Formats: sequence, structure tokens, C-alpha cells
Amino acid sequence: MNDMARVERRVGTKNAKITARDVQVHYGDTHAIKDVNVEIGDKTVTAFIGPSGCGKSTFLRCLNRMNDTIDACRVRGDILLDGEDIYDKRVDPVQLRAKVGMVFQKPNPFPKSIYDNVAYGPRIHGLARNKPELDEIVEKSLRRAAIWNEVKDRLDAPGTGLSGGQQQRLCIARAVATEPEVLLMDEPCSALDPIATAQVEELIDELRQRYSVVIVTHSMQQAARVSQKTAFFHLGNLVEFGETGQIFTNPQDPRTESYITGRIG
Amino acid sequence: MSDISQNGAPKRTGSLLSKDARTAKRNRAESRFKLYGILAIAVGLLMLVTLVYNIVSRGTGAFTQTFVTLEVTLSEDKLDKKGNRNLDEIKKVSTFGYAPLIKDAIGKEVEKLGIQTDLPAKKQAAILSKSAAAQLRDYVIANPDKIGDTVEFRFLTNSRVDGYMKDRVSRDSIANDKSISPAQLDFVDQLVAEGVIVKSFNLDFIFGADASDQRPEAAGIGVSMIGSLFMMLVVLVLALPIGVAASIYLEEFAPKNWITDVIEVNISNLAAVPSIVYGILGLAVFINYMHLPMSAPLVGGLVLTLMTLPTIIISTRASLKAVPPSIRDAALGVGASKMQSVFHHVLPLAAPGILTGTIIGLAQALGETAPLLLIGMVGFIASNAPDSVAGGLLSPNSAMPAQIYEWAKRADPAFYERAWGGIIILLIFLVTMNTVAVILRRRFERRW
Repeated sequence: MNDMARVERRVGTKNAKITARDVQVHYGDTHAIKDVNVEIGDKTVTAFIGPSGCGKSTFLRCLNRMNDTIDACRVRGDILLDGEDIYDKRVDPVQLRAKVGMVFQKPNPFPKSIYDNVAYGPRIHGLARNKPELDEIVEKSLRRAAIWNEVKDRLDAPGTGLSGGQQQRLCIARAVATEPEVLLMDEPCSALDPIATAQVEELIDELRQRYSVVIVTHSMQQAARVSQKTAFFHLGNLVEFGETGQIFTNPQDPRTESYITGRIG
Repeated sequence: MSDISQNGAPKRTGSLLSKDARTAKRNRAESRFKLYGILAIAVGLLMLVTLVYNIVSRGTGAFTQTFVTLEVTLSEDKLDKKGNRNLDEIKKVSTFGYAPLIKDAIGKEVEKLGIQTDLPAKKQAAILSKSAAAQLRDYVIANPDKIGDTVEFRFLTNSRVDGYMKDRVSRDSIANDKSISPAQLDFVDQLVAEGVIVKSFNLDFIFGADASDQRPEAAGIGVSMIGSLFMMLVVLVLALPIGVAASIYLEEFAPKNWITDVIEVNISNLAAVPSIVYGILGLAVFINYMHLPMSAPLVGGLVLTLMTLPTIIISTRASLKAVPPSIRDAALGVGASKMQSVFHHVLPLAAPGILTGTIIGLAQALGETAPLLLIGMVGFIASNAPDSVAGGLLSPNSAMPAQIYEWAKRADPAFYERAWGGIIILLIFLVTMNTVAVILRRRFERRW
């Protein structure tokens, strides 16, 4: 465990966007997340890897309080976004989620037009004063999600009519339309084919210019390809957190090593 | 592993081309089961065909009626002796005073056509409905300037003549009947031959009001149809918003604890409570305690609202549940509040299901009779719309199924025919509503 402490110190940067301290999550009687400490840097891609049920998705959903919708879920510890505790009583989760956007495992566009999908967030947050401004936000978001050229001629077509990869990029466009500071992605490519996956991965790399991206993935190759930092979760513990290169080439913890070499998980 | 293959079941060695005993047995069981299914469906279809055949064959008679066309001279010395066209004085002439006019008219018709009959004039006029004089009086009061003219009228015949025309009444069956004699039937035959008596479509059955025991030929279902319509309006206006609001709260907002569990179980129980229980509840609460008027569609609507609410809540909750949680996540993920996610995304997706449930609930309420009997919604409304329903939700009325029940209860077989006719109209409404529900569901249902 001394080794782990050393690793953490090394990645602890001054420009941490999200800092988690001693986070515990309980689902009823189940202790799903145990003592997780992590610092997620600004404008970096952080990957959470680990076997199924290790708590990486649960932890991700703590970062924008999506777990609030689950009655049995209790979160303890501190999660700071820019130094502010997001679990403070005064924080409205709705405001938080506008700052911390989320992309889900299964592409879930609203059964509305492509335009309305992207415009929905800006509309409810009042980001556009008039139609031209809204049009501009929609175009900008679709461009950032690298899908503008494919859909610019059919913005009125239903979002659910797109292919899986396009749908997922549409969801990314929808998430960036509210100008979030952090983008959480919960296995965004698990329902996509390799080509769509490649497109989304490329997109994630571009998104890093503006946002701090946290991605949960089952694919270690994907983590290695897209992320700068990697956190390995196992049975609710954060086993190891560090530079992606370091984790994959020189893991400090035997469990990490077993996992990335394919012996467990 | 090795000892299973040595000591276990014998290895199958038979050819794939021949069935072994087990497979044959399994296949036989399967075809037997299919046969049972087909038999069950056949029995069901047979019942349906019998039902529809019965309803149609017995009920269609109610839509036609036997009419006599007569030219009546509205003589001034009978109706307006002073000749001043004072409406109040004209109104003093009762229907009794109009009877001679009809008698004269029929006598003139007989003379004109040269019909040979020994039937006295009074008996001749008796083939007409008792409503004929009233029809004449209503006309004169509405058009006093026509007094002195000769006007052509289409009168209903009485129910025995109508039954004779529809083969319900025969010379044998009226052997002990005081209201009609074989001689009168002969007279009817003569008039039919001359084309004075005809059977034709009777719009008044669909739009008219109920009539007294003596005049089944004049009874219609129209006013009780309006009563049903008023009740449906009350149910729609109350049950839909209350039911949808309750379902949304229970499904989306309420914490899942034992209180909501109890509520949920009780809503399901309420859906299974016999409707007459709601009737006596309505009698006790709305009429005895709140003193709302008896027989009013408002009270009927309130009772049916109570009855329909569980149906609407259950179907609404089911359609809310059917909206995939990923849509809620998506809305919450872009920073929508709980309420925004429900009203912008979940509710529109659940709307077709909610509408379907509501229409089915309404159809159920439309066909409900038992609770209406308890709150007196079997009012006898003899005057036609719009006068009889001018009080809207508060004027006493009946409802279609209650009206049908009333008719079926009366002694004259002519009412029996009308009861079946009423069933046809009721069924048309129900089938239409259910079809609309199915179309709505087909059309707007989304698949993910």
C-alpha cells in the first residue's frame, strides 16, 4: 500500500478539476465503493477500468449525483468540483449536472428531432436568447461531436433514426451543448461497432482540448488509447491510479498487473 | 464424467429418420394442446356469432317503425273558437280535443281511397299511437297560423299494429287483447295495400325521449344518450387529470416505502370492487350527505369517476413504467429537473398508453348500469331534447344502459324490441371507442 501512496502523490496535480476524498457508497447493505481518493485533472482524459461490478460506473455516477435517483444509494465522503463540495446541502443537482455532463452506455437520444435533441439542454438552461443563437449552439455542438457534416441536411429527422455510432455522437453533442466543464462517459462505446468506436475515441481526444473527460470502459485497449490517466477499480476499491502509460507498462499493485495481463476479471 | 457415460441413460443409437417413442409422445402432446386451443377459440367465436346474430336480429326492428300518413284539417271551430289566435286559449285545448280531428282525417282518407270497411270511426282511429294527438297539438301550438289549413302529418301507429307489420303480432296472439281486434288488422291490411301505412326508418328512436308504458312506439334512446354523454364528460374532466396526476406522482416522485406499497395494493383492489359498491357510496356521499340532486348526470359522473380512476391509474402507471429509464437518465444528464424530465420526455412518450387506458376506462363507465340504479339515474324523461336536458349536468336524466334496463323491465313486448335496439346503439359506441383506442395505440406507439 505504500507504493500506492507514492503513485497518488505523483499524479496529484495543482489543477485538479474534481477531487474525491474518502468516498463511500452504500447500496442498502452493500458497500459498493470503499475509501476512494482520486483527483481528476482539468483537460485530461481519465479512464476508469476494472472488472464488472467493481464500482467504476457507480463512482462515475457519483460525480454528477446521478445516484440521487436511486433511493437505496448513500454517498459519504467529499467530492469537490473546483473546490466546492457537490454533496453540500445547498447544491442543486440540476445545476451540477449542467456543469458535469454525461454520456451513457447505450445511446439514448430523445425520440425527437436531431435539432431538438441538442437544443433541449440550452433551452432549459436558457443559454440562448433567440433562435439564431440556439441554431449556433446546435451547430457548434454538433461540430464538436464530429457529426455535423452527417446530419446538417436533416436536422428535423428523428434522432432515433441514426445509426448507433451517430446516435452516440449525437448524445455527446447533446451533452456538450450545455457547455459543461466535465464530461462523464459510461462505457460510451460498448454498444458500438469498431468503426463507430474509433470515431468516438477520436472525438474524445478532441474533446480533451476543452473539457475534463472521465470515461468508464471495459476495454483496456481503449483506456490505453484515449486516456492520460487511468484508475483501476477492484471490488469497490480504487487499487491504483496513475499515468496511463505507467499503469499499463509498470503497474505497482499485483491486482492491477493480474487484471491487465488477463489473469483476473 | 466417465461413469455417467457407462451407467447413465442408454445411448441413442436409432436413426434420425425415425422418431423414437419419447419424441412421438412429445409431438402428440403438442398437437393435442394446439387442438385444445383451436377448440377454445372456436367455442368463443361461436358464442360471439350467436350473440351478434341475436342482437342484430332482435334489435334492428327498433330502428324501423310503422307510420300512417294523413291529411288533417286543423278546423278553426275546434281549436280556436273565438278565432283570435290567442296562444293561451289555444293551449287550453287538450290532446283530447284533437282526437276528433284525427278521426275525421282517417275517415276522409278511407272515403277518398274507397276502402270498404265496417269498422266504426273510433276503432279506425285507434290504430294510431296515443302520441298522435299530442303530435298534432305540439304542431298547432308551434304554428298557430296554420289553423284552418289542411296539413299532411306522419303519425306513428300503435305498437300492436307496428308489431303486426313486424310479424310480432298475429291474429292468434291478439285473441285476448283488448287494445286491438282482428277487424282492425284487416283495416290495416287495406291501408297497407293503399300505401297509407308504411314501415320506414325511425330517427326518433335514436334521438327521441323515452315514452310511457302505453306508447312503446314513441320511445327513443336519444335523451339518455345525452345523459350518458354528460356523464362521460364529467368522468373525462375529473378522472383523467386526477388519475394521471396520481400516477405520475406515485410512479416518478413518491418514495418507495410501505405507505406507497399500501396505496398501490389498494388501487389494485379498488379496480376489482363491484360497481354497485360505488353506487351505494355515491348515494351515501353525494346525494345523502352533499345533497346533490338525484338522477343528475353530475352525480352519475362522479360515481363513474370513482369507478374509472383505478383503471386509469393502473394503465397510466403501466405506460409510464414502459418508458425506458434511459430517457429519464438522458434528461437528467443534461440538467433537466425531475419535473422537466417527466413532462418534457416521459409523459409525451406515455401519452398513447394513457389515452388508450382512459378510453377503455370511459367505455367501461359508459356500459355501467348497477351504480346508476342506486343513484336514481333511471329518470323517466318524456320530453325531447333540448328542453329535457336544458339543466345540463343537474337536470334529471337517464343513461343508455339504465334506459335499456328500464325497457327490458316493462311488460309490453314492443319495449323488449327497443331494449335490443338500445343494445345495438350502446355496442356501436363501445366498439367505436375501443377501435379508437386501438388505432391511437398503433399509431403513436414508439418502439425503442
